[in-house]
Amino acid sequence: MSTASARAGASRPRVAIVDDHGLFRSGVRSELGDQVEVVGEADDVEPAIAMIGQALPDVVLLDVHLPGGGGQLVVTALKAAQPQVRFLALSASDAPEDVIAVIRAGARGYVTKTISGPDLIDAVRRVAAGDAVFSPRLAGFVLDAFAALPSEAEGRPSFDPELDQLTTREREVLRLIARGYTYKEIAREFTISARTVETHVSSVLRKLQLSTRHQLTRWAAERRLI
Amino acid sequence: MQNPTGSAPRPPGPEDTSRWGGPAAGWRAREFRHERWRERWRSGHWARGPRADGPLRRAEEDGLVGGVAAGLAARTGLDVSLVRLALVLAALVTFGYAAVAYVVAWLLVPVRGADRSIASRARSDRRGVALAAGLATLLIVLLLIAPVLGAGLLTAVEWPLVICTAAIVLIWRNGDAGEQAAMRHLAEPLRGFTGRRGRTGVLWRMGIAAVLLIAGTGILVSGHESIKLLKPLGGAVLVLAAIAIALGPWWLGIARDLVAERRARIRAEERADMAARVHDSVLQTLAMIQRRADQPQQVIQLARAQERELRSWLFDGRAPGSMDDEMTLAAGVRRIQQEVEARHGVTVEAVTVGDCELDEDLGALLAAAREATVNAAKWSGADVISLFAEVESAEVSVFVRDRGKGFDPDAVPADRKGLAESIHARMTRRGGSATIRSALGQGTEVSLTMPRGAGERQPGRG
Repeated sequence: MSTASARAGASRPRVAIVDDHGLFRSGVRSELGDQVEVVGEADDVEPAIAMIGQALPDVVLLDVHLPGGGGQLVVTALKAAQPQVRFLALSASDAPEDVIAVIRAGARGYVTKTISGPDLIDAVRRVAAGDAVFSPRLAGFVLDAFAALPSEAEGRPSFDPELDQLTTREREVLRLIARGYTYKEIAREFTISARTVETHVSSVLRKLQLSTRHQLTRWAAERRLI
Repeated sequence: MQNPTGSAPRPPGPEDTSRWGGPAAGWRAREFRHERWRERWRSGHWARGPRADGPLRRAEEDGLVGGVAAGLAARTGLDVSLVRLALVLAALVTFGYAAVAYVVAWLLVPVRGADRSIASRARSDRRGVALAAGLATLLIVLLLIAPVLGAGLLTAVEWPLVICTAAIVLIWRNGDAGEQAAMRHLAEPLRGFTGRRGRTGVLWRMGIAAVLLIAGTGILVSGHESIKLLKPLGGAVLVLAAIAIALGPWWLGIARDLVAERRARIRAEERADMAARVHDSVLQTLAMIQRRADQPQQVIQLARAQERELRSWLFDGRAPGSMDDEMTLAAGVRRIQQEVEARHGVTVEAVTVGDCELDEDLGALLAAAREATVNAAKWSGADVISLFAEVESAEVSVFVRDRGKGFDPDAVPADRKGLAESIHARMTRRGGSATIRSALGQGTEVSLTMPRGAGERQPGRG
């Protein structure tokens, strides 16, 4: 919410596209149209790190799969030096462990490559503003992952119980996202503000990134198919 | 390799003054040294390797030629340079028979990580066997002539030379790409002669060969006192050099052609396999898309179905068109998604949380979910339908939601009412429930809940 969001609010968000398929990059570019300013493209981990370090976009649309390694390498490499750059993961494969890996590396959200143009623009704006973007699928992954974690009540001691559990409200919000509700619809459903919905989602993202439970990783590896 | 056995590691170190040391001091000391070994392995500062377990394997990536010496070194824990030196000395002392052993080992010992040796592959390479046999015969003939010319020393290495030549031809033809690259690398210095420099090059070469040949045979047959001692060795070397210069390039040319031909064959096979699969799936779909270019909805659904199929082939290794046999709830939801997308040209965003085996109750739940999804696809006008299923310990819920035109529940058209009622009936018959929420202009959501049946934790439920 610092300089990046101020800039994003004032003008069109500056976006970089990292994907190894040139066709896909140009497709995204044309779908984004003049709603955003595309400041750079890259097709692999190393060029992406160099390009992002120079262009300093507000949002990086990051393919989960790159020839030189997972997209999380890009996030990890830049997180410390350029904390204001935000990452939105795009994926075609939907393998949970890849998605969870890139989110845990620090991406602010995840959408599938079949997302429509307007939805993608909306997601970019939201990430630029510092919010988290959960696709229904990611919400499903997260519900599944945290459900797989044995709760403290079942006798498993936890290093930080707060990080390893979702609150009831967070769970409800995720469920509605998975059911296809927009944030606005969720807010209406629970008679809370859209801002509060954002807070819940961001809190879930934080838990997802900070929970040290390695069950998360194991869960993701087990759910190879979906 | 990285996992040294406890039996006889003999690590060098300050506390172990005899480098090729005696028996290890004791178990604890060995443990300690293992740690040091692992460290040395990681840092690369070491002269000898730990002993590896298991059968002898060639270590191609560490090897100079075929990786046999490196493999032996890894197996015995000796330094690889020492093994190589021993091999070369042995080859000289045994008049080449050690070299035969090397080449035969190259043929028979599989490379590390592989289960087939080159020999087992070579068995099916009939052209290679024929070529090897032909070359061997040619050499035997040459070597039979050699004594006549007086090159007696050659006969000593006759059989090793023949066997090695035949074996190397087989290795060349049947080795994997890495091995062929290694052999090409070894042959690199000889290539200077093979450059296609036209006639002058050939003439020069032939000239040099002729001079060498004449000089060599001259030395071999001349009985002059001053060169008597040089006679066998020098003459033989010169004759061999002449042969190498005259025939070497031609020979290398043949070998190169063989490699090129083999590569082309492999590539052609791969292309044929790929072409068959792509034809069965992608090309068929593209043809259908061309025919329906005026119906964007159908084109989209064809592309989507094809995308899914291609992806399951590429990422999950499932052959196009195949179905999984065992059905779980998640698989059932996936199938609903695929069927509705293919048949009605809408996107179904399916998400499942948890999974379980299907029983009759859950089968009914899926049938109801399918009906609700089809209903939404047909009537709502929305192009995205959300399908969410969650498995909990006590119940399974499915939500089907669209953001289409919706309807006023109090003024339902007869056909839709019928569908709603049939969904409801399906669910209540098995102890579940169905609720439908809809408002004009705001879409519809069907919520289905089914208690978990006899299978899991509640055996009492019927």
